[in-house]
Amino acid sequence: MSTAEVTSPLPGPPAGQAAGPVGPVIHWIRFLRSELSLIFLRWRNLALLAVLAAIPVLIGIALKLSSPGGGGGAGPPFIAQVAGNGVFLALVSLTVLLTLVLPLAVAVVAGDSVAGEAGHGTLRYLLVIPAGRTRLLGIKYAALVIFCLAACAVVTVAALLIGAALFPVGPVTLLSGTTISLGAGLLRLAFVALYVAAAMAALAAIGLAISACTEHPIGAIAAIMVLALASEVSDSVPQFAVVHPYLPTHWWLSFDALLRSPIAWPDLWHGLASFGIYAVIFGAIAWARFSAADVTS
Amino acid sequence: MTSAWRAAGQRDEISFGSVDDQRLPAAGSQPPGAAGPAITTSGLTKRFRGGQVAVDGIDLAVPHGAVYGFLGPNGSGKTTTIRMLLGLVHPTSGSHQLLGTAMPDGTNTVLPRVGSLVEGPAFYSQLSGRANLARFDAADRTADPRTADARIRAALDRVGLLSAARKHYRAYSLGMKQRLAIAAGLLRPRELLILDEPTNGLDPQGTREVRGLIRDIAADGTTVFVSSHLLAEVEQICSHVGVMRTGQLVFEGTLDELRSRGTARILVRTAQPAGAAEVLAKLGLADVRTGEQEASAQLGGQAPEEICAQLVHSGVPVAGLATPRPSLEDLFVELTGEGFHVDG
Repeated sequence: MSTAEVTSPLPGPPAGQAAGPVGPVIHWIRFLRSELSLIFLRWRNLALLAVLAAIPVLIGIALKLSSPGGGGGAGPPFIAQVAGNGVFLALVSLTVLLTLVLPLAVAVVAGDSVAGEAGHGTLRYLLVIPAGRTRLLGIKYAALVIFCLAACAVVTVAALLIGAALFPVGPVTLLSGTTISLGAGLLRLAFVALYVAAAMAALAAIGLAISACTEHPIGAIAAIMVLALASEVSDSVPQFAVVHPYLPTHWWLSFDALLRSPIAWPDLWHGLASFGIYAVIFGAIAWARFSAADVTS
Repeated sequence: MTSAWRAAGQRDEISFGSVDDQRLPAAGSQPPGAAGPAITTSGLTKRFRGGQVAVDGIDLAVPHGAVYGFLGPNGSGKTTTIRMLLGLVHPTSGSHQLLGTAMPDGTNTVLPRVGSLVEGPAFYSQLSGRANLARFDAADRTADPRTADARIRAALDRVGLLSAARKHYRAYSLGMKQRLAIAAGLLRPRELLILDEPTNGLDPQGTREVRGLIRDIAADGTTVFVSSHLLAEVEQICSHVGVMRTGQLVFEGTLDELRSRGTARILVRTAQPAGAAEVLAKLGLADVRTGEQEASAQLGGQAPEEICAQLVHSGVPVAGLATPRPSLEDLFVELTGEGFHVDG
């Protein structure tokens, strides 16, 4: 494109056009930055992130108030360890939020991604620019993955801060009984957050495919949540055991594999493979649907 | 823009009659100003699911440099045609070219040279006017980010929105929204502007402003394709018209060609209608009628001044002479049938 512009005898160069072509990478970054600012400067999404940060604080305070009696008995895993080490509050928070709030936040942003543009009518203007259908979808998914990472980082960092403020922090005792240094423990925690972000990125791919099929963002968000909840319910019904490994939510909590010594790699790989396959399949569905669709909104 | 573009536009306008000759060799992308139509379609058809045929095999030829009015009642297929031209809707059959390049294969190279407004403005309500333009510019992989600020400023200035650049889009009036949409089309120099009902919902001032803007843009040498159901608007700004009726193109040509479709009459105001009618009949004019204080006939090919001279020569006192033509509105109703939505 740029060569055509340079060689054609264009009589009036656009006012202020700087010399020299701009590489495609710059254009990708510029578009992605624009997409990210739409997501992260939107009050609704900021409120979602605030809720994600507030829930670990609430859990921390609740555990602090009840800690003398010990958290033994029913409840999420890791809850008993929090009183002894604030780092575990991050694991409790991720586990609790994964059941509803984290998928909900991802569903809202993913469901809105294409359907929101279609509903507003901005999709037709992006396409006639032309943003490129495949390119637009790629940018949308890249921005969603970054949102997933940010959401998991917000939960983890908020939980770590409140955990450190309310509870002692020190060397981390793993599920297998081994104790590792605080630094090594935090590194494991970072990997846990990345694993959860990968799980959410797979959900975001499902969301993108659903979002590309409609111009009603609310409908897309609801459909994504129904799908995630149906998968979680099926996962808890023993009679469906045979399909459990294939459910999109089945491997979400397998990050405890990272908290053993040595790391339980098979579980981890199963989980990551499941996320990858879901992302590829639904990414392909989104592309097939979106690249052939008539945009009449 | 430059006089070279303008000159090219004028040359094409003159050669409009032989557009068909130029249409064929248009495989690759053409440089701006090159001869050849800005838009051609052949047999362009869209049948929606459910069998409804929105556009039924239309053959458009929009010459370079023209201001082309795309007319038709609501629901006659104008917007669907525009969506097909821009690659938003896939044609069921037929093909089309923009600026000499076959679509949709040429989408990425051609559309950056085309500005458009499709079915009303649509922007992000939470962003300011300036931020909205920046968003759309960022999506353009052929726009130079280094000049973005200057180009956005210039576009806002051109449509008179510079003072409202930082206002939220949701606080814009309908006219401002419409103008922002046109500004988005002017973020970079364009060779073709496709505007779908650009004055829809505007008050008379807004309509005038948009009309003036379109005239300015066309004067720069940009081809403008503007759809409308407002006759007055088309009559004032367009050099060419295409008229749609239930998915079919029922007329295409210059505005003068459209006007000449109507049969002009000669009307003589006189105290002796019978005498005048006699002279008109003797001159071989058809459909001679007399009324109170007037006589009229179909003008045919005769010069009114000759007829006047004959009347005077024959001693008919001529109080007034007129050659009324059917109004454009009459012609449109004739072309598009009943139910034409005439707001103009």
